[in-house]
Amino acid sequence: MKFIDEFRDRELVQDLSRRLGRLAAGPATVMEVCGTHTMAAARFGLKSLLPPGVRLISGPGCPVCVTAQADLDAFLALGRTPDTVLATFGDMVRVPGSRTSLERERARGAVVRVVYSPLDAVDLAREQPGKTVVFFGVGFETTMPATAVAIKSAAALNLDNFLVLCVHKTMPAAIRALLAGGELKISGLLLPGHVTTIIGAAAYDFIPRDFGVPGAVAGFEPVDMLLALEAILRQLQEGAARIDNVYPRAVQAQPNPRAAALLDEVFAPSDAEWRGLGVIPGSGVTIREAYARFDARVRFPEVWQELPPAPPSACRCGEVLRGALRPSQCPQFDKSCNPTQPLGPCMVSSEGACAAAYRYERR
Amino acid sequence: MKTKHILLSHGAGGREMGRLIEQVFLARYGAGGKPGDDSAVLTLGGGQLAFTTDSFVVAPLFFPGGDIGRLAVAGTVNDLLTAAARPLALSASFILEEGLEIETLMAIAGSMRDTAAECGVAIVTGDTKVVPKGAADQVFITTSGVGEVVRPGVSGAAARPGDRVILTGTVGDHGAAVMLARENLLQGGGLASDVAPLTDLVLTLLAEGIEVHAMRDPTRGGIAASLNEIARQSGVAITIEESRVPVQPGVAAACEALGLDVFQVANEGKMLIFVAPGDAARALEVVRSRRYGQDASLIGEVLPGPPRRVQVRTLLGTTRLLDPPAGELLPRIC
Repeated sequence: MKFIDEFRDRELVQDLSRRLGRLAAGPATVMEVCGTHTMAAARFGLKSLLPPGVRLISGPGCPVCVTAQADLDAFLALGRTPDTVLATFGDMVRVPGSRTSLERERARGAVVRVVYSPLDAVDLAREQPGKTVVFFGVGFETTMPATAVAIKSAAALNLDNFLVLCVHKTMPAAIRALLAGGELKISGLLLPGHVTTIIGAAAYDFIPRDFGVPGAVAGFEPVDMLLALEAILRQLQEGAARIDNVYPRAVQAQPNPRAAALLDEVFAPSDAEWRGLGVIPGSGVTIREAYARFDARVRFPEVWQELPPAPPSACRCGEVLRGALRPSQCPQFDKSCNPTQPLGPCMVSSEGACAAAYRYERR
Repeated sequence: MKTKHILLSHGAGGREMGRLIEQVFLARYGAGGKPGDDSAVLTLGGGQLAFTTDSFVVAPLFFPGGDIGRLAVAGTVNDLLTAAARPLALSASFILEEGLEIETLMAIAGSMRDTAAECGVAIVTGDTKVVPKGAADQVFITTSGVGEVVRPGVSGAAARPGDRVILTGTVGDHGAAVMLARENLLQGGGLASDVAPLTDLVLTLLAEGIEVHAMRDPTRGGIAASLNEIARQSGVAITIEESRVPVQPGVAAACEALGLDVFQVANEGKMLIFVAPGDAARALEVVRSRRYGQDASLIGEVLPGPPRRVQVRTLLGTTRLLDPPAGELLPRIC
């Protein structure tokens, strides 16, 4: 079994779609909080398989999209420091900051290197002792262990020119803030499969317990997502609320112990600023004291103080990230905002809700 | 944010490049023939001449399945073929970086000779420039090519509702192979570029009297870029059946792993051929019988509208848009 073809089987999918139709008892709004789910749903046209009245909306699951403008502006400002190499995942390159972007800085002469792993950034630092390599640590719990390994690797190599600008964020606190905010009536949550391989499904127990909302941990193939939606609709039909693990081939109730130990060694929980959600307590991490020499915020504290205030923008990405606005409802969508001229990250990130709607669903 | 400088995405074969070409070049010196085609068609005496040009900046110079030399010849020949022209002759100009090993250059030239011999085209003129170390990356090659049009009127603007779309083989091979080779990713993939000149395949199709309306070789931006170009030029809609697009398992796996849409990944030995519906079955048979066409598939058809809309019927039976690519995709793959 290769786990791709079987989970995209047309007949299985059509059968699941019919089963959803029979289970649905009325309108329901299910929110997914994972950019990969956003893209998979759009790429496979899953919304057309849902029963009438059942809506799938996107939440703050795109790590590039939820990176605060000030954090991106700070990273961009670091690129203007002499002898600095900015290392980033490719997806950040075209995201507009307040005044510029990595793409434009690179065209201007800044050294911007796309890496596939934070360990590549460590290699860059090793190969260029005269330069300071700053890696933009974007991503949720799935990505954090790699950054932790990179920092430990840099420590083992005694590097003094490798830094991480850590803007990693953690999902459970953001979900709690969303549900507590009550802006939107969410009937159920489709939970991110890969984040959960790290944190364990029990991390979401507060969702049914404190908010009475059903949840299902889902993988990323069409069958995975439809099975998870089925689990949520079944809970709604039963009037129950619990967390169903519908991705048992990768997810368990408890956290991955090695990942947990690694993360605890390198990172400490902190508050974090999310685009669209503001500062959420305990939703981010900072680099621990023992590894502070790899922390870009410690090496360059002045960068945040020197940031000019952001100019006003028509971008409504923040509302999209909260699920309060669907991309097609944004007045700028497909008018002044498109993938070639994005106003904000949601239109340009490979996991952005607006990018998904534009690429796959536009009429 | 308006762009004042050239960005990598301007060379990616997607939306940004199209706009750059329109706003800078077409706006100033226009395009003689039908804008948007890979070759210009000129009248010469009693017949028509196809004329095309291309530059090659691929890194690395040697990749599994080919090299910059083979790419230069095949790419130019294939562009001429899209105008239904028999390729006659190429020029090849080189910009060489100081310090390049002459043996490397000999290997490239040898590869060009072999590829040209394979498809019966002559390299008749060229130029050589050397720039100081650092001012170019080893070798850049610019070619131009001329060919004799054997079937007038074949153009990206000539696709009609009802036409069937034939794809001559698997997609994504070239872009995936070069990407993995350059970035040293996913060791042991065994992927190879499909770079190949398609002269025999295309000329045979035309000689058999198949009614071909449009052809495009889907290089940068993949079939997503080419299908959207033709939909735009011809003012038609195109629908593609995802299950009929052939993809090698290794390429599919590499694209899944890297988050690439295989429809947007470059090909260098494939052709999209738009044929009249009555000739589609015979055309497919002819293509499959020729070298480089054995995996050909009938992947879709042209609809009257909505104009310029390209859509895909997914593996699941649902429908989604196939948008022209945007952003930098994979730099320096051709």
